[in-house]
Amino acid sequence: MNIVICIKQVPDTTDVRIDPETNTLIRSGVVCIINPFDMYAIEEGIRLKEKFGGKVIILTMGPPQAEDALREAISLGADEAILVSDRAFAGSDTWATSYTLSKAINKIGDCDLIICGKQAIDGDTAQVGPGISAHLDMPQVAYVKRIEEVDGSKKIMRVERMTEEGYEIIESPLPCLITVVKEINEPRLPSLKGKMRSKKIEIKKWGAKDLDVDPALIGLNGSPTKVVRIFTPPPRKKGQILEGDAKEISIKLVELLKGDIT
Amino acid sequence: MDYLLTEEQIMVRDLARQIAKEKIKPVAAQYDVDGTFPWDIVKILADSDLCGIYIDEKYGGTGGGSMELVLATEELSKACGGISLALAATALGTYPILLFGTEAQKEKYLPDIAKGKKLAAFAITEAGAGSDASAVATTADKKGDHYVLNGTKQWITNGGEADTYTVVASVDRRKGARGAATFIVEKGTPGFEFGKKEDKMGIRASATRELVFTDCKIPKENLLGKEGGGFIVAMKTFDQSRPGVAAQALGIAQGALDLTVEYVKERKQFGKSVSSFQGVQFMLADIATEIEAARALIYATARMLDSGAKKVAKDSAIAKLFASDMAMKVTVDCVQLFGGYGYMRDYPIEKYMRDAKITQIYEGTNQIQRSIIALNLLKEKTS
Repeated sequence: MNIVICIKQVPDTTDVRIDPETNTLIRSGVVCIINPFDMYAIEEGIRLKEKFGGKVIILTMGPPQAEDALREAISLGADEAILVSDRAFAGSDTWATSYTLSKAINKIGDCDLIICGKQAIDGDTAQVGPGISAHLDMPQVAYVKRIEEVDGSKKIMRVERMTEEGYEIIESPLPCLITVVKEINEPRLPSLKGKMRSKKIEIKKWGAKDLDVDPALIGLNGSPTKVVRIFTPPPRKKGQILEGDAKEISIKLVELLKGDIT
Repeated sequence: MDYLLTEEQIMVRDLARQIAKEKIKPVAAQYDVDGTFPWDIVKILADSDLCGIYIDEKYGGTGGGSMELVLATEELSKACGGISLALAATALGTYPILLFGTEAQKEKYLPDIAKGKKLAAFAITEAGAGSDASAVATTADKKGDHYVLNGTKQWITNGGEADTYTVVASVDRRKGARGAATFIVEKGTPGFEFGKKEDKMGIRASATRELVFTDCKIPKENLLGKEGGGFIVAMKTFDQSRPGVAAQALGIAQGALDLTVEYVKERKQFGKSVSSFQGVQFMLADIATEIEAARALIYATARMLDSGAKKVAKDSAIAKLFASDMAMKVTVDCVQLFGGYGYMRDYPIEKYMRDAKITQIYEGTNQIQRSIIALNLLKEKTS
């Protein structure tokens, strides 16, 4: 079973600073980590490989320093890593990003399953995973919390996906794309042999020329999203706390509600 | 201070540090109370390849040596001086095989230890034989193609939990130290049982038990080295393992200092942080200085061992002596800096003081270390 795991390098949230002038994240000098939700994706991919064989390929699109995130994923037990990086991709929104990644997955070719974290902690959109499946015209199941069964011969898998009220059991043909939530597993720590391997391994680097991409659909030009304004929402005002015993409070509350209605 | 570690040594250190911080620190207090053996942490160490850092790649390890073991032991001991022993005491039990094992013995026992599937333990101490290692009363009688072991070993670290034991016994009691031999004994061998588990002051996550041998038959190919060479095996083993005890002491001291620095910055008296008082600052400075001196000494000793140096008994003893005395002093001072809170078991610092004490006692009391140092010193001077 060949598994592609899409990850993103993000600033460590324990170290986030906002530029008060521009209200944007200060990215320079900030420690970068693998998006925490992607750690669950990596772990699940490695577990599937350990159970069914095959290989785990880590894919990321980002600046050259995203290579660090790929090496960390290798130290955890992934087999190969690909960095999709090109100035032409700069400014990509979730549409252009998922389009570009889908082209990279086409280039990888032999792939039974794609796993993504449910969302990245910096953008919080949760769009890139499902976007990739749409570009590939492949089934997708988001918010997976458990893989119940994988049947390689019938090419199907059955998973539990989390919903707000509970969960659903979904059977999907393979290949498919899933995004995973933190309930799915407990990510392992790297191993020493993995770390040694991660130092030496050659990371494949693919630019726009290496992928079969339409130049009009990548980077800023290919991104339909326009960011009009970024602002810090004002802190929520303190609510009103009524005090007294139940009877007093209920009378006060009724009076207040009446006041609101009129 | 930059100790110019190799890239692989930095990986070992960082990985052990990460495990200590994320996996051991949150559970250390509970293990200290329960006194159960930390198998879940051993599994993490095994999965991370840390169990084989001092074992050759040929036998499934990662091919490091004393320096790697010292770095890992130090980092793990910062979080818990008891849990770190699962690794360090296994190394103690493994050194006799590394140093004196035949190719067949190495191939049989080292891979499982390197992978962390099995732990090891070293057994010399008895009720009447501790510092006087030549007084070993456990006997090994040769009968045809096997030996028969009889006797009881006491206070054996990893006892009951380890699968592979290296045991010093006497093949000829009339010869004293020259009549000793070392054997590999596997858990489950008929006639090999475990006595009571000790209730200890510190390092409570580490198992300390009696090993009881009653007509325990072991095949003759389990003899390590030669008959009569048991005492040499033990001494050469301790030469290698003592920097490990020193590293455990170092980690305990550093872990205590880290907590103390955090505490004195938060604790307010007379309207300001107690860290602003010079009396407190001087104590911190002295602690940091002593810890760094011990670290430099231990790393230098470990590097010397890894270089294949032969005459190492004195330097190895110096490292163990200095680091363990330092750790005891430092942890007492750290409890002092915590004031009344330091004496309370709700706070983690008193555990460091209890854990530190054993490092002055085991693998040769510090009085024995001084004897070794003096003996070698006088020999050097007269030759």
